[in-house]
Amino acid sequence: MVEHEKMKVEETTAVIDAQGLHHRVLNGLIKKAVFEGAKKLRILNVHGQRYIGAGLSHGVEVEIHGTPGGDLASFMGGSRITVYGNVEDGCGNTMAGGEVVVHGHAGDIVGYAMRGGRIFIRGCVGYRAAIHMKGFQERKPVLVVGGNAGDFLGEYMAGGVIVLLRLNGSGEREGKANFLGTGMHGGTIYLRGEISGLNNHVRSVEMNGEDLRLLRELVEKFSRHFGYDTDRILKDGFTKLIPAARRPYHEHYS
Amino acid sequence: MENLGCANNPYRDSKVVEACSLFGVMDRGGRRFDGKDIIRAMANMRERGNGLGGGFAVYGLYPDYRDYYAFHLMYENTTAKRRTEEFLAKHFNLHLTEEIPTNNNIQLSNPPLLWRYFLQPKKGCGRSSWDDYVLEKVMTVNNAIEGAFVFSSGRDMGVFKGVGYPEDAAEYFCLEEYEGYMWTAHGRFPTNTPGWWGGAQPFSVLDWAVVHNGEISSYGTNRRYLEMYRYLCTMHTDTEVLVYALDLLRRVHGLPLEVVSKVFAPPFWFEIDRMERKEKELYTALRQVYGSLLMNGPFTVIFTSRGEMVGLTDRIKLRPLCVGVKDDLIYMSSEEAAIRLVCPSVERCWRPKGGELVVGRLRAQAVEKLLASSEV
Repeated sequence: MVEHEKMKVEETTAVIDAQGLHHRVLNGLIKKAVFEGAKKLRILNVHGQRYIGAGLSHGVEVEIHGTPGGDLASFMGGSRITVYGNVEDGCGNTMAGGEVVVHGHAGDIVGYAMRGGRIFIRGCVGYRAAIHMKGFQERKPVLVVGGNAGDFLGEYMAGGVIVLLRLNGSGEREGKANFLGTGMHGGTIYLRGEISGLNNHVRSVEMNGEDLRLLRELVEKFSRHFGYDTDRILKDGFTKLIPAARRPYHEHYS
Repeated sequence: MENLGCANNPYRDSKVVEACSLFGVMDRGGRRFDGKDIIRAMANMRERGNGLGGGFAVYGLYPDYRDYYAFHLMYENTTAKRRTEEFLAKHFNLHLTEEIPTNNNIQLSNPPLLWRYFLQPKKGCGRSSWDDYVLEKVMTVNNAIEGAFVFSSGRDMGVFKGVGYPEDAAEYFCLEEYEGYMWTAHGRFPTNTPGWWGGAQPFSVLDWAVVHNGEISSYGTNRRYLEMYRYLCTMHTDTEVLVYALDLLRRVHGLPLEVVSKVFAPPFWFEIDRMERKEKELYTALRQVYGSLLMNGPFTVIFTSRGEMVGLTDRIKLRPLCVGVKDDLIYMSSEEAAIRLVCPSVERCWRPKGGELVVGRLRAQAVEKLLASSEV
């Protein structure tokens, strides 16, 4: 097993103290530990190191304590990352599979160009969450947000699913949706409650049985991660949004 | 440029992804503190810059010379120094002249001569017009004297900056030996303009200083407007228009901060259309009168003046800003992790909305203590 003063390994669990480590060193330690058989990683004292879990496709459990930096879980495959803290920008950038669970808030562009896997955020997300998220056949990325979202949620969205639960009370953004789904041409957004001021790239449609089944499954997962009551969340009405057209910029470029 | 590539991309990555780093911290109670934390916070965001510019602004820096303008000057040669000193002696009463202490064990690329002057306008210039007088002389030095550049000209504040990483610039300028009640810092990743000493940030004139991440795409329009008011843009970088626009709107035109922020990052027309009549009239008028000072493009700025620190992003928030509060301390940063690193027990940490103004101000008792003139 790889040796480093900042890493302790016991059987298949590696504990890394990230204090003062450059992201190249930290990510190098993670890779080595995983290649040598670690199944569980606990990373402590994280202060803004970027790219943690990038490309990690080995079914590993990663626990992060602190504030991971940009592009957490980018290109990640079948691993699971749980963060006890807030995450910075670009979490889940082009993520392909696995799961990210954040017990805090997320910065901007969470789920950027995500193409598989699931992200659960307990708190709020910043601007442009799930920008250009995409899906194809069995690949169906999912972003579930417990709080509110900044402007441009689902911008250029091409596939996948966003669930916005807005559980943090009647925040200022409740009901407002500046630029929500601008340029959206695929995928589905489920919002708890009503919404007004939508732009003409998205439209609201009735929920069907398949929507309700998927929504229940995702809210159950969310509730299990963060200790909520699924039925209480689901008893409120949800709004389903889909793209108004396959080619939102048709008039601009034809 | 080969050397730069080597220094700034040691791993030879095919693509280097960076952005500027900003940090600001103030004590609303006016207690002065050293730069240890802000330097550490900036070093934690080293990844964002590339070593082509780093700097700090410190307020409450020269309490013993509070009634004097502190000019910090860069000289490319001794001729520039001689000509500038003649000019200063002609227009100002010089109280103190000294070389800015530097640590020459720290290697920064091509450092200029660095001097500072504590001065007041010559008799005959009424105190109420001191700022106008000083501004005009700063513009004259920066434009008319080749190789000389006033990079700081406020009272009880000062800017230290150069070509290098911010933590290196801090060591070079011995910043561990200074104290202030408010600090801002910048790590640069130059995009459209060269990385030179004068182009590093903070940008400052009179008591204003600005650190900026992003790009002022409206620079050309802003510049033409400001030149009508005799602000000459000579620093080869977009950021300087912010400083001059601040001086014009707040000091000269006397607009409140809240209004200035709505000039820089106004609501969209569709938002104005949704407003009540009086509000609609105000915002329409602002866009008509000050349309040329709309700051377009992606940006986060932290601007400071005596006793005040303000954070603002562009209205669609294309650059990051995180704010933290702990007792009397207010932090503003490009990355949340940098705040939590230096203040693990931060009480509140949040990301303001696009175009939303965040203001930190000295408490009233501190204002009296720190900002009142000692000469009455």
